[in-house]
Amino acid sequence: MALATDNTQGMSWHRTATSRFLDKGFFWLTAAFGIGVGIILLAIAFQVGRDAIPSIQKFGLGFLTATRWNPVEDIYGAWTQIYGTLVTSFMALLLAVPVGVGVAIVLSEDFLPPRLQKPLVFMVELLAAIPSVVYGLWGIFVLAPLLQGPAMWFYKTFAGVPVLGSLFSTPPTGRGVYIAGIILAIMILPIISAISRDALVAVPLELRQAAYGLGASRWETLFRVIIPAAFSGIVGGVMLALGRAMGETMAVTMLIGNSSNPSPSLFAQGSTISSLLANQFAEADGLQVSSLMYAALVLFGLTLLVNILAELLVSRVKLKM
Amino acid sequence: MTGGGGAITLNGAGASAPNPLYQRWFADYNKVDPNVQISYQSVGSGAGVKQFIEQTVDFGASDDPLKDADRGKYPSARGAGPVQIPTTGIFVVFAYNLDGVENLKLSRESYCGIVDGSIKTWNDPKLTKENPDAKLPDTPITFAYRSDGSGTTAVFTKHLVKSCPNWKGGSGKSVEWPTGTGAKGNEGVTAQIQQASGTIGYTEFSYAKENALKVATLQNKAGEFITPSPEAAEKALVGVEPDKNLVVSVPDPEQKDAYPIVSLTYLLLYEQYPDSAKADALKKMVNWALKDGKAAVAELGYIPLPDEIATKVVTQLDTIKVASK
Amino acid sequence: MTSQDFSLSSGRSLKRSQMSFKTLFSNVMTGIAFACAIIALIPLVALLYYLLINGFARLGPQLFTQLPPPPYQPTSPQFNTGGFGNAFIGTLMTVGIASAISIPFGVFASIFLSEFARDTKLADSINFFTNVLSGVPSIVMGVFAYGAIVLTTKSYSAMAAGVALAVLMLPTIVRTATEALESVPKELRQAAFGLGATNYQTILGVVLPAAIPGIITGVMLGVARAAGETAPVIFTALFNNFWNLDPWKPTATLSALVFNFAGTPYKNWQQLAWSAALVLVALVLIANILSRWITQRKR
Repeated sequence: MALATDNTQGMSWHRTATSRFLDKGFFWLTAAFGIGVGIILLAIAFQVGRDAIPSIQKFGLGFLTATRWNPVEDIYGAWTQIYGTLVTSFMALLLAVPVGVGVAIVLSEDFLPPRLQKPLVFMVELLAAIPSVVYGLWGIFVLAPLLQGPAMWFYKTFAGVPVLGSLFSTPPTGRGVYIAGIILAIMILPIISAISRDALVAVPLELRQAAYGLGASRWETLFRVIIPAAFSGIVGGVMLALGRAMGETMAVTMLIGNSSNPSPSLFAQGSTISSLLANQFAEADGLQVSSLMYAALVLFGLTLLVNILAELLVSRVKLKM
Repeated sequence: MTGGGGAITLNGAGASAPNPLYQRWFADYNKVDPNVQISYQSVGSGAGVKQFIEQTVDFGASDDPLKDADRGKYPSARGAGPVQIPTTGIFVVFAYNLDGVENLKLSRESYCGIVDGSIKTWNDPKLTKENPDAKLPDTPITFAYRSDGSGTTAVFTKHLVKSCPNWKGGSGKSVEWPTGTGAKGNEGVTAQIQQASGTIGYTEFSYAKENALKVATLQNKAGEFITPSPEAAEKALVGVEPDKNLVVSVPDPEQKDAYPIVSLTYLLLYEQYPDSAKADALKKMVNWALKDGKAAVAELGYIPLPDEIATKVVTQLDTIKVASK
Repeated sequence: MTSQDFSLSSGRSLKRSQMSFKTLFSNVMTGIAFACAIIALIPLVALLYYLLINGFARLGPQLFTQLPPPPYQPTSPQFNTGGFGNAFIGTLMTVGIASAISIPFGVFASIFLSEFARDTKLADSINFFTNVLSGVPSIVMGVFAYGAIVLTTKSYSAMAAGVALAVLMLPTIVRTATEALESVPKELRQAAFGLGATNYQTILGVVLPAAIPGIITGVMLGVARAAGETAPVIFTALFNNFWNLDPWKPTATLSALVFNFAGTPYKNWQQLAWSAALVLVALVLIANILSRWITQRKR
């Protein structure tokens, strides 16, 4: 260091001035990009919000509960799509959470020899990266035909049952809400198990050893110590998966049947907000575009809500511990 | 790889009903004039009209002629108005997938009932009465319709408005369907029918023909049962005068032996092109298609354009401004 | 009841618990957990199985050199011709554009977050925005790019798709790059400053190179996700039946091809959709494996 200053005494002033300039420039450059991330989000929200205004003015909050989507008369309401988004997502969670957490437990404990466990963990994580459209393709040609039989049995067995029966009240066909829910469950399963496993593995070894030391069995340790300790991570993963399921487009569009008729039946055709956008955005104009933007805004809000909820839940759990 | 210096690339998008024909035409024309590459996307008539007005394509295509509202939005930078060119006749059939039932006959009352959801199973008394020889099962009917904005839907629903007293959905490129499953494009509806037994839906005839789907015989306005064929469909266009926009409207043809659901399909061109080479190429291509493209029309099962309309198309094409060469 | 039970039993004899409720419970739970694993594996293995079986049926060099064919019936002599070379190039092009936008953007943003604004309110809010952005459904980004690029340039284009995918990749890159930069030891920075280096010299010359493996991991994960995304591409790049290298023109992509061809009744298109899906999954897996390999080498 001393050497450097000694030799370049004469030039150092000049250099410092340039350096200072470059330094400042560099700071502002990075600051611009850092703040730019926020600006992009706001730009998206702004554009969607601005284009939604005519529809918001015309339909107000009634848009959220009305069930008609009629481009002929220019009357729009998105309840069918909101309902479809919620039903498919919750159906996916219902199926995928227990299974996904189960997988995470198997892959985090020492049930399996490491030689078998490692590739399995790897595979689960890779499966989380398979594109949605590939699930859709598989759904059309493999899953949908396969589900026909069991769905028919469900229909014949449960359609008459009061209350519960309304979920199965229409005859199943090759497209419908139930297929979309199941494909979403398969899609979010790897996300849930990968994140849950990370959370389980991250629990400090001491906690486990202490529990074993007190005479707890493996499952007592899991239920009373490890899962509670990893709970925030698991909830975070589930929430992330829920957000993914609600915004998922391609596989759902290919399998849900794209009907705007409201029906409580899981076997009926339906639509979600994102499938509605995928189907109609390219050709809509006027109030229809505006209503699609309104629907996109609702989806935006729903996913935002889930993300914030996830963060709040996670931080509350963290505080408790 | 892009074709080198002299290549002209034209991008078009729109109607799926004439898509097999257009793909054939554009591929054949590429052999006639290797410098012209035409890429056509079957995105549906609704998207075709929208993209045409927003100038994101070099030409659009629709089975449903431009409405006055659409014309009002025509970009003035592209001349006084759109050039709407009928290319061929299309007709919409009820294609179905039901094992062991070959020649399904549907009266007006029956097909209206299937569409509005009042006929729910294949062994409905109305259907069994009209098809005494067929073994109609007690399984549910799944009606397949278009989920995207579709000229085929517009043609079909215009007919429903005329022929079905109970039809409440109105007519247009996308309507509110009381029942059924939505699929994208004529391709999607055809695939849907093909894949699931018990499904019936409306598609352009060429799709049913190419994919060997069974098609229903329909009752026309005169009360006759007509088996769909290009010949029967052609009869609906006989003696009908096109208006000044070359639109032919036959929502429910009167002729005794005419198939009931028939329309023309249109290309949407601009009056002015910033690139005169594009205008030139498009003009030449359409002229070629009207003469040399007729073999493909017959082979694929479309209705050839009546001669008097074809002549008018040639004059209409001249309104497109082409740089003098 | 159980807790008292086991504390007593474990205090006195280890053998007594063999037939106890506790053992039974453990065995049942282990059984359930393994059942879950198997239930989860069935669809996932089935997916890969069908993907390989159907995808390999047509795999060959012609897929990458030929254009998508018209529909042919299985009886046609041309049934097995055609490929998706233009879509393969198009996917590389759109993802390339997306990377060219999102990598510098994301890396500079993360330099700001880790080097200048670490632990400030501003960094917290940018991190929050990043998290929210990563939760925005991809189709909404397509809608955004449609309005921002397609309508203003009056053409569908690879560029529009690239912008949509860049927004999609950005949060992943920002997060991983920030993490990587923050994990560079303080000592390195202090040493550089000590040698008289300025801020930007320290960051670009010392900190950034040390964080590169971590950044590449993030980029690879972003690329893997962008390559398979379909929803933002169908409104922006549309499709193209021909070769296209012009970023301002409509472009075919593998994911759009799978979507377009899967929903058709034509057997040859359906087969091409399967092959394209296989190629797409292979691309995604390669990107993932690369990122993993880089992370492991770093350690």
